[in-house]
Amino acid sequence: MDQIISKLQGIAAECRVDILTMLEAAKSGHPGGSLSVIDLVVALYFHEMKQDPKRPDWDERDRFVLSKGHGVPAMYAALVQQGSIPKSELSSLRQINSRLQGHPDRVIFPWADASTGSLGQGLSIAQGLALGMKLSGKPNRVFCIIGDGETQEGQIWETAMSAPKFELNNLVVFTDCNNGQIDGHVTEVMELNPLADKWKAFRWAVHEIDGHDYRQILGALEMSRKETSKPTMILARTIKGKGVSFMENNIGWHGVAPNAEQLQKAIAEIRGAKR
Amino acid sequence: MSAKATRDSFGETLKALGETNPRIVALDADLSCSTKSGVFGKAFPERFFQMGIAEANMIGTAAGLSFTGYIPFLCSFGAFITGRYDTIRVSVGYSKANVKIVGTHAGLGIGDDGYTQMGLEDINVMRGIPGMVVLQPSDHFSTVGAVKFAAQHEGPVYLRLTRQKLPALYKSESDFTFGKASVLKEGSDVALLGSGAGTAECMAAAEKLNGQAWVVDFTTIKPIDRDLIRMLASRVKLITTVEDHNIVGGLGSAVAEVLAEEGFSGKLLRLGVQDVYGESGDPAALYEKYGFSAGKIVEQVRAYL
Repeated sequence: MDQIISKLQGIAAECRVDILTMLEAAKSGHPGGSLSVIDLVVALYFHEMKQDPKRPDWDERDRFVLSKGHGVPAMYAALVQQGSIPKSELSSLRQINSRLQGHPDRVIFPWADASTGSLGQGLSIAQGLALGMKLSGKPNRVFCIIGDGETQEGQIWETAMSAPKFELNNLVVFTDCNNGQIDGHVTEVMELNPLADKWKAFRWAVHEIDGHDYRQILGALEMSRKETSKPTMILARTIKGKGVSFMENNIGWHGVAPNAEQLQKAIAEIRGAKR
Repeated sequence: MSAKATRDSFGETLKALGETNPRIVALDADLSCSTKSGVFGKAFPERFFQMGIAEANMIGTAAGLSFTGYIPFLCSFGAFITGRYDTIRVSVGYSKANVKIVGTHAGLGIGDDGYTQMGLEDINVMRGIPGMVVLQPSDHFSTVGAVKFAAQHEGPVYLRLTRQKLPALYKSESDFTFGKASVLKEGSDVALLGSGAGTAECMAAAEKLNGQAWVVDFTTIKPIDRDLIRMLASRVKLITTVEDHNIVGGLGSAVAEVLAEEGFSGKLLRLGVQDVYGESGDPAALYEKYGFSAGKIVEQVRAYL
């Protein structure tokens, strides 16, 4: 287990470097929420999901919907680490004629299972994918990551209501609880707590974990496999900007890219911590 | 063939398609008795999803189902379903989801329930979504043809249907051709262009115009039949569009765009709801009040000539 965790931590560190590098090159994007979610994304791609890094259209793959679409640099970075897309492509992020859109686009980018970015919609799509798997008798699972700010959308609660009705035990959702959104802290902009109680009341299997602790992330994912009828909601407490001291818990880094100097400082910190 | 509501023709056709195509599924938001998706649901309960009164979630769920190879028909009143515009825009349109959006209870024709239940701006918003096909059949057979087309077309479709019965205009489902309007009656220097419930009003109006009026039925609103509009523009001096929809963004607007681009020396008269809200009442009386009953069409056409 320690070996697995150490491997995942190493991959996540490289992803953090790539996230900040691509954002610096693009001169725009969302570092805070990409760094908060990356450990969850790495756990999915490098441990949990059934997939083939070379075949995005493999029919037998598990599906992944990043409903908080602005965190897509985390997904692009993971895809580079597993060899699905070349590292050189990252410099095309947010540039004209690029398939690396500012928010995932399933039509031009085959690795995205859904086009997201208008918050609240991805969870419904994930539910439809899970329903489709059940209907066709496939054992595949569907993973989805939503944001805590995104949870303010009414559509999220429509899906909260419906997924247990359809007994979608093949649907596993993380909430990236970084307590940050554009206008401030989630607790100030629009309080969600008690969040676990809400999802429990909607009849989901709920786990509360530290979203940067791989032992807890993998543990919750392990638990989700044992569900026989309930969908799983994993509330992952995370830190916005995690891994870079001057970004951590600073709302100012929600949607601003680092400059070259800040990037070098951040990379030195991330690489230093890894050692 | 007697008069029939296009929603009834839809329900029967979807059920018939379900018998031969296991990929067809249906979703409804607590209106399955009204939209007639319930006819399919009764026959294929395992392929019918009751989503409750939660349209946005239904749209996203349908998109997800389509990504696993299913062909979802999601059904509600046109007013309600197209009100979830951004969900349709991103989860269906931008995502190129193979989803068929069925909006029933088109226009003033629903009568008593009043404005909030009337789809009156639905064509306008659906027409503005890139890649969205917009269909509005005008009787039983054109509905059968439209539903079958929607099922085999790869990509998003908006299908607008009526609550009220409409008289038969066609003899066979093969009379529906995607992207083609149909000349129901040839005339001389006036053309009445209808869609949905508007077409029956055009037919009745033409009877009173002594062979002067062409009647053309647009069962496909997007893409619009440009060739036929161009042909009419070269032959008539007055083109009148008739629709149970706001004149902003519906058939009248689509025709106006083509006429302006192709050039037309005559005049265009757009009949329908004149950029106002609807109200409760008897459908026939409402068509009269809002100015697109057969009698009102004749009156306004004569005033123009």
